[in-house]
Amino acid sequence: MSEVTYASVKVGDVIPALTKDEITRTTLGLFAGASGDHNPIHIDIDFARAAGMEDVFAHGMLSMAYLAQILTNWVPQTALRSYAVRFTAITHLKDRIRCSGEITEKFEENGETRVRISVQAVNQDGDVKLAGDAVVALP
Amino acid sequence: MIDRSHIGREFGAHTADIEKGRLRFFAKATGETNPIYFDEEATKAAGLPTLPAPPTFLFSMDMEVPDPFEILSIMDVDLGKILHGTQEFNYFKDVYAGDTISFKSEITDIFDKKGGALEFIVKKTEATNQHGDVVAEMTRTIVVRNG
Repeated sequence: MSEVTYASVKVGDVIPALTKDEITRTTLGLFAGASGDHNPIHIDIDFARAAGMEDVFAHGMLSMAYLAQILTNWVPQTALRSYAVRFTAITHLKDRIRCSGEITEKFEENGETRVRISVQAVNQDGDVKLAGDAVVALP
Repeated sequence: MIDRSHIGREFGAHTADIEKGRLRFFAKATGETNPIYFDEEATKAAGLPTLPAPPTFLFSMDMEVPDPFEILSIMDVDLGKILHGTQEFNYFKDVYAGDTISFKSEITDIFDKKGGALEFIVKKTEATNQHGDVVAEMTRTIVVRNG
């Protein structure tokens, strides 16, 4: 990973995007186990239908984990100071999540030079699923 | 309507071990391609002591209790009616395999919109490592679909 520095970035720069594999029932089964979120609404179609949904749907935290990968692919995780999202729409089976981020602010805080990155996850149709921002410290 | 007297309620105090196997499983389940999250040789080559917990992993460790949805039962909220509204992490210290993290949570707000059709439960969780350092704060908004 080549080092990103505060001086080398400017507001409006985009960080490298990432498109994840299509979400399948297997994806949700594995993520239920790995994440510890065993809510059957994500893995049991009978439960989901009884709750008024057409089918199971993805854990919001799956997309939040995907979206974090553009940050940790860009800078070491030790630079991450905060990360917050709104879950704006349900992510469904067969969605392919594309994660992107853009630098919106450069500032100094707690003796560090930091940048704020606006991040979002959209599906193959461009529907926004998660939107938020992250703050990273850059040397 | 959820009883607003739950605001300020503390719950869910527990401790969880950060385990390498679970970190590798999480990496697999999230399609992680950065080897520092699952291959210790790559981790060490990157100058890290051992496998790091990725940015959202503490959320999962906070669910490592016998009933992670206990708060919903207490509030008489149906598990099938909840959605995740917002999630925020503030990071203070890095977390690695081998760490033991203690969690404590508090309900900081409950409010509604659309005439009660949607209710919102705000939960704040503090995570502290085995050295007594606060490693992260997490704030979660749970949306309850009523009616």
